[in-house]
Amino acid sequence: MELRTKVTAEDGKQDLTITREFDLPVELLFKAHEDTEIVEQWMGTKVLKLDNKKGGSFQFETTDPKGNKHRFNGVIHEFDRNQKITRTFEFENTPFGVQLEFLQFQRITEDTCKLTIHSIFQSGTHRDQMLQMPFRQGLNMAHNRLEEILKNLK
Amino acid sequence: MEARRDIFQAIADPTRRAILTLVALQAMTPGAIAGSFDSSRQTISKHIQILTECQLLEQELSGREIYYHINAKKMKEVADFIEPFRKLWDQRFNKLESIMKKYKSK
Repeated sequence: MELRTKVTAEDGKQDLTITREFDLPVELLFKAHEDTEIVEQWMGTKVLKLDNKKGGSFQFETTDPKGNKHRFNGVIHEFDRNQKITRTFEFENTPFGVQLEFLQFQRITEDTCKLTIHSIFQSGTHRDQMLQMPFRQGLNMAHNRLEEILKNLK
Repeated sequence: MEARRDIFQAIADPTRRAILTLVALQAMTPGAIAGSFDSSRQTISKHIQILTECQLLEQELSGREIYYHINAKKMKEVADFIEPFRKLWDQRFNKLESIMKKYKSK
């Protein structure tokens, strides 16, 4: 089965691309990135600020299962309705650095569309740290031991 | 890609992760593995089967005994880390899609 969400991250590069096709008109996909309440629902985050315009900024906050709060922020550079959003993205208090993100919204048919997110990092190492985070979290939750074994295999 | 998804399902289970941890230290017979757990031998055998099917464990015949050892090459593949990141975004986008489908029909 073809995967609906694809992630491309070539070895040694400092960028990654996420693509996804939706059974939605492009207007609704864009709305889901624009409307504070809707962003909160699908991102599972609290939106502290979302100022959708050139030079505007955003700040999100998530709470993990342990109750720790994590914040993200960035500045919006381009905001073209139903077409593109260009913004910076920073995961506060982490070593991942600032990313530059290009979100491209494409109409395929009346009821289908495609989202392409191209993220550029300060270096390949920064990118890999960000990519590895969900994997590490998944393992840490139940078993730290396996991670040690994986390290030893390298 | 299908096989790769299976690997992540395989290591999502705590008992199977415990089996991998155990076998990583030394090759073991199915009986010895089962003996390390409170679960029934049948349950552990099922877990071993899943781990073998996605090639995280390999069988080796020594005399009349089967020994299981870890497949280091496959474990490294798991360690390429991208799949959980992809899954995270896939889940988010699935949620976005279902929210907006309801929004549309309002």
